[in-house]
Amino acid sequence: MNKRDMLLEVGLEEMPARFVTESMNQLGKKVEEFLQEQKVSFEGVKLYSTPRRLAVLVEGAAEAQEDIEEEAKGPAKKIALQEDGSWSKAAIGFTRGQGMTVDDIYFKEINGVEYVHVNKFIKGQPTVDLLPKLREIVIGLHFGKNMRWADNDLRYIRPIKWMVALFGSEVIPFQITNVSTGRTTKGHRFLGDSVTVEMPGDYEELLKNQFVIADPAERKKSIRQQLAQLETENKWVIPVDEDLLEEVTNLVEYPTALSGSFNSNFLELPEEVLITSMKEHQRYFPVKDKEGTLLPHFVTVRNGDSRSLDTVARGNEKVLRARLADADFFYKEDQSKEIDFFLNKLQAIVYHEKIGTLAEKVSRIRRLAAKLGELTGTAKEEKEKIDRAAEICKFDLVTQMVYEFPELQGIMGEKYARQKGEDADVARAVNEHYEPRHAGDKAPETFTGAIVSLADKLDTIVSCFAVDIIPTGSQDPYALRRQAAGIVLILEEKKWDVSLETVLQAAIDVVKADQVGEKETEALLEELVAFFKLRIKHSLQERDVRYDLIDAVLAEQIGSLPSLFAKAAVLMAHKEEAGFKEATEALSRVVNIAKKASAAGAVKEQLFENGEEKALYKEFVRVQKGLEAAETAEQQFALLASLKQPIEQYFDHTMVMAEEAAVRENRLNQMRELSVLILNFADFNKILVK
Amino acid sequence: MNIQEMILTLQKHWSDHGCILMQAYDVEKGAGTMSPYTFLRAIGPEPWNVAYVEPSRRPADGRYGENPNRLYQHHQFQVIMKPSPDNIQEMYLDSLRALGIEPLDHDIRFVEDNWENPSLGCAGLGWEVWLDGMEITQFTYFQQVGGLECKPVSVEITYGIERLASYIQEKENVFDLEWTEGFTVRDIFYQPEFEHSKYTFETSDADMLFNLFAIYEKEAKRQMDEGLVHPAYDYVLKCSHVFNVLDAKGAISVTERTAYLGRMRSLARQIAKTFYEEREKLGFPMLKEKGEAEHE
Repeated sequence: MNKRDMLLEVGLEEMPARFVTESMNQLGKKVEEFLQEQKVSFEGVKLYSTPRRLAVLVEGAAEAQEDIEEEAKGPAKKIALQEDGSWSKAAIGFTRGQGMTVDDIYFKEINGVEYVHVNKFIKGQPTVDLLPKLREIVIGLHFGKNMRWADNDLRYIRPIKWMVALFGSEVIPFQITNVSTGRTTKGHRFLGDSVTVEMPGDYEELLKNQFVIADPAERKKSIRQQLAQLETENKWVIPVDEDLLEEVTNLVEYPTALSGSFNSNFLELPEEVLITSMKEHQRYFPVKDKEGTLLPHFVTVRNGDSRSLDTVARGNEKVLRARLADADFFYKEDQSKEIDFFLNKLQAIVYHEKIGTLAEKVSRIRRLAAKLGELTGTAKEEKEKIDRAAEICKFDLVTQMVYEFPELQGIMGEKYARQKGEDADVARAVNEHYEPRHAGDKAPETFTGAIVSLADKLDTIVSCFAVDIIPTGSQDPYALRRQAAGIVLILEEKKWDVSLETVLQAAIDVVKADQVGEKETEALLEELVAFFKLRIKHSLQERDVRYDLIDAVLAEQIGSLPSLFAKAAVLMAHKEEAGFKEATEALSRVVNIAKKASAAGAVKEQLFENGEEKALYKEFVRVQKGLEAAETAEQQFALLASLKQPIEQYFDHTMVMAEEAAVRENRLNQMRELSVLILNFADFNKILVK
Repeated sequence: MNIQEMILTLQKHWSDHGCILMQAYDVEKGAGTMSPYTFLRAIGPEPWNVAYVEPSRRPADGRYGENPNRLYQHHQFQVIMKPSPDNIQEMYLDSLRALGIEPLDHDIRFVEDNWENPSLGCAGLGWEVWLDGMEITQFTYFQQVGGLECKPVSVEITYGIERLASYIQEKENVFDLEWTEGFTVRDIFYQPEFEHSKYTFETSDADMLFNLFAIYEKEAKRQMDEGLVHPAYDYVLKCSHVFNVLDAKGAISVTERTAYLGRMRSLARQIAKTFYEEREKLGFPMLKEKGEAEHE
């Protein structure tokens, strides 16, 4: 089979850097899938992208689809042949449907019956005829944000400027908006020219001659090398932030790294401010010395060659100077004010129209934090710290620095709090109360920080639920799911043995006291518990807990999270053991029959009729006491599992649904009491045993 | 190159590319986008190519003439082309060359920046253009104006004149910029900067401004009832300016802020819709003229 290379390039006005890599991969994947569907074999695929282009090079694509040869089975012989020996309509219809004629028919026996068969052969079409369908792939790419331009209806990431589509030396013809495919690509916007691509394999090299490094991995490598060279030349350390490197790679077609400097007076600004100014606002790499101290230099990557690098450096220095002068001004302004000044301002900031101001939120955080402190057991000194940390946890939101650099919330708060002489733990908590900031982030280290973090997150979730801001599908504008995951993480890591329902109730009490929303407490608690169960379920799934065990531990109350996770782990550890199945069945049987118990009533020992009843009751008392004293989920499980034998013997000798009402009721009461103990651990009924 | 020469150069450049050279619109506004030459004319199918300098008032940025980078009033050079031409980026880069900025000697980048003005129901996609790390231009393809989908799409190019000049003239302080030979920005604008800052932050009367807002809003509505789009829009611009002064004074709480923005948005949307309908009644005359010209 003859083969050719294929090239598809979409030339665009500058795409947003954050979408480039993803879009390139998507184009590659869709082209591969298309060729596979079309049964066009190929040897390999290379992907290219720059801010101005997405391209895919398919190496060694077959010039035609694979031929298809297959046997097709038709009607039985007796239906296919009429009495006179001629072909029936059924036979003729079958062959026509297969694109064959009755002359192609042969018979083959299947399970003693003869059937009509034909050997189908479909000749593969020339690949070149299929390729105009690439148009649909180009149009069908999904981007995070689309736009329209000029008179066109098409929504696309940015306006399409040119397209190259070649199969070997042949142009694959199609058109999108007013752009037709051809063989002319564009070089670097300023350094390069347009260039004709004769053969797909020439693409990369031709662009290189026009100052475009089309392979993003090569561009990235080149930037890394240039950074390393600057490090060696100047004895610097340039910590490479991978996200920044990726972004910079997608902002340039021909990278040249250069350095600039700023006045060392600015080094008096907090390091985070300097780094944010450089990284987030200017996409510069900050520079450090070997000890890790920030130096008054920066590195930027220019989209071009080394011509007039001094001019470029001076321009960038001027911009950074103005930014840092601004930051310096804000820093001094903020420092000249007291924390109370900022706290007063919080009264004028609306957190959410239906929920109230930030000052009101802070007041709720304070009350809730105090309550959480009690629930988790705090010393007096800690109580004061918690209260102060809760009181000032949001003050930095109205500082000028955080207004200009929102990403520094918490970080500036901690700094300013320290400068104003706040207790070290309190200052730390102002920063830590935002943790975990994202998936995979750590929980707050200090006790104070953890309590304030919990209070803040709980208040956010509960007050949002109270006014019906509830995450649905992909809609979660206040990131309530992330906040819930944060709460779960903190409770688990701090090993706080407090029931989640209690904690939620405490938060609801505070929210209701402030008259946020109009929902009834019970309805609110129910919605919140359901929401949290889903979050915990996800968390358990991530730990590979089997789904039925997840259902078992989440069937009733959530309770304390450390113990919930421990119970799930214990069930996972024992699920394959001998005796697990029998224990589960015995405990399930109790739970099932206990459902028939009506009102709660005490078990009366004098109504017991046989030894097994008495024995089980004795065991029940033992296990109940044992569970109260048990310190681990392992111990609790062992105690419950030890009920297996007495339960089995009980059922072998006892009819729970006895005829005599008093006896029956007494037995049901016993089942119910046992059931409460069991369900407190898990609903064994949900566990699947073979 | 002084500022006057810059403006003359940009005017010549865009005039050569077929833009009508307009003069600044005579009602206070926060940005060139709010001029009716942009806000209203971006609506509907009629072609529209203009360029103009727009003095833009940002009361909150007033610094009594003491800050080297912030001004109560700065100047934007605004270009609108509808439909957006295919070679608009090249046209723009040529304008930089005309200003003496040779791309090969600099680092010019188009960095994603999506623009939204919820108070006018506007949204667009595009870039901020970086010159050696400095944002010198906003480059936006309008997608929605006054809540209406743009079809065809206009492209808006907004040069920050003082920003660009401070780069071209290599000045650290905006007041040191040369406007024309013998005159600096300080000579012309220092006193109004100081006075407007003092007015905004100290001597203006919030109660009177709240009253004015209500009066202007009422008048805008009354003119809308008469179907008079342009007078109505002028009063919306006045509302917006008064609001900006109040906001800069810190006289508007956050809740009220949302409410005020909502009031202006609903007016702007209504005006946009009516403008479209009025042009439609006239048979989109600028579309027709162009068509007739082609027939001749």
